[in-house]
Amino acid sequence: MSPALTDLAYLIASVLFIVGLKGLSHPRTAVRGNFYGAVGMLIAMLATMFSVGLDFTWIVVGILAGTGVGIWFAVKTPMTGMPQMVALLNGFGGGSSLLVAGVEVTLNPQNELGLIATAASGLIGAVTFSGSLVAYAKLEELKIARDLRLPGQQVINGALLALCLALSAWLFTQPQMTILYWLIVVVALVLGYFLVISIGGADMPVVVSLLNSYSGMAAAATGFVLNNNVLIICGALVGASGIILTRVMCVAMNRSLANVLFGSGAGGGTSASKEEVDAVYASVKSTTSEEVAMLLDVASRVVIIPGYGMAVSQAQHAVSDLTEALLERKISVEFGIHPVAGRMPGHMNVLLAEADIAYEMLKDMDQINATMEQCDVAIVLGANDVVNPLARQATNSPIAGMPIIDVDKARTVIIIKRSLSPGFAGIPNPLFAAPNSLMLYGDGRQAVVEILNALQNG
Amino acid sequence: MKMLDTLPLLAEAVTSSAEAARLSPIALLTIFMLAIFVGVEVITKIPPTLHTPLMSGSNAISGITIIGAILAAGQGDSLFMKLLGSVAIAFAMINVVGGFLVTHRMLGMFIKKK
Repeated sequence: MSPALTDLAYLIASVLFIVGLKGLSHPRTAVRGNFYGAVGMLIAMLATMFSVGLDFTWIVVGILAGTGVGIWFAVKTPMTGMPQMVALLNGFGGGSSLLVAGVEVTLNPQNELGLIATAASGLIGAVTFSGSLVAYAKLEELKIARDLRLPGQQVINGALLALCLALSAWLFTQPQMTILYWLIVVVALVLGYFLVISIGGADMPVVVSLLNSYSGMAAAATGFVLNNNVLIICGALVGASGIILTRVMCVAMNRSLANVLFGSGAGGGTSASKEEVDAVYASVKSTTSEEVAMLLDVASRVVIIPGYGMAVSQAQHAVSDLTEALLERKISVEFGIHPVAGRMPGHMNVLLAEADIAYEMLKDMDQINATMEQCDVAIVLGANDVVNPLARQATNSPIAGMPIIDVDKARTVIIIKRSLSPGFAGIPNPLFAAPNSLMLYGDGRQAVVEILNALQNG
Repeated sequence: MKMLDTLPLLAEAVTSSAEAARLSPIALLTIFMLAIFVGVEVITKIPPTLHTPLMSGSNAISGITIIGAILAAGQGDSLFMKLLGSVAIAFAMINVVGGFLVTHRMLGMFIKKK
């Protein structure tokens, strides 16, 4: 197959990737878009395999092994485990990039740009690999990934990065000393570990998105090394996607990326003393599922605000049943989805979609806030920080300035929670003690089922 | 059938000027820059509802590194190099297959059942 035909195939693949991503802009075309991307990948792979006389055995072995593991991962993961799976898969991509650059620098003499790109590929690929593994462990809540904040953490990270750059410069002057490349990789692996281990679990979505962007950049760097169009184009697409999503999340939390990566994290700032917490919660009123059913029965507008708690208790199907019951009674139901509710952007959307809730009922924060005052009953299900009015004050609280869902503006607010324990930010929530708020203690799914039963029997 | 026969010839004619050409660094940079612009334009139009499938889908696309892995594995001279290339392919394939499947699973839930 001539190089020209290969390049044509790469062009077709690139077009398919771009059109595929475009398909992701609407649920109607999204499945098709994903399929186009997969076809593009297949075309690019086939074009490469037939482009030069390559030894097929090792290639096929690798493909079969990877396909098997990939299918196993994808099929075995529950929907709630998706964020960590994305992190893990991303890590493997980064690992591949660093190995490819290593093989290239050993086999082929590189020009200046090639050497720079090789070092970049190794550095970024390794940081992505170890960083993603740590992110996976944190999201899975494995003990070995407990937060580790060493004194002078950032100095250590800076030193490791400087070491990588120094080794890269050395490699630039002595390209035949390929051992230097592998040293860069080792140091970068350690750097990746330290960078992510100090970040709290609640901020992992931002980290996963950033690491996703890094793996794109690593692919682009490999593209510069191999003089390959499709690698560069895909690398740019993925790199851009990751950075944009990261920025969206940081803006939603009103924290800068630097603060997320290097700051004391969401758990920092002043945490409330017991007396302060007790004072806030002095006037908390609790309710029962029967009472909630009565409130719903006479309501005409209901808004549901889901949070991570809904995912934990797997309440989305119960919520769907309740929604149907409400819709049958001609009560309007909408869902308010905060940009950082749950473990990943759109996490709540995926769960609710799994429960067959029509995506037109899912409103984003600005849309739902606009009509909150006309809402009769707002149900907060497993969400905490995203509805905490303390965020409106410019104090030194960890969530100060973060845009929230103005649930307290609804006529009545029902908060379904197991207890008064704090959310990720570790601070009390005055919403619970507001005059129009009622606490319904219990497991999310159970509480919703009981409300539904009371509604249907009442 | 005649049309299909002429396609390879057409491709050859169109791209013959690029026959085995190594692109200059500037050309590569140009492509990179244009791709970034395209990426930004396409991604910013994707609604928050679909951000999780987007993260998963773009992750799958980052598995394009398998192209480099295939080239590397095929070129290996020593056993160690061939093995390294094979592992690189396996890793990239996990990323690709796992990524597209996971994205498909997520998106499947957005299809209206009624």
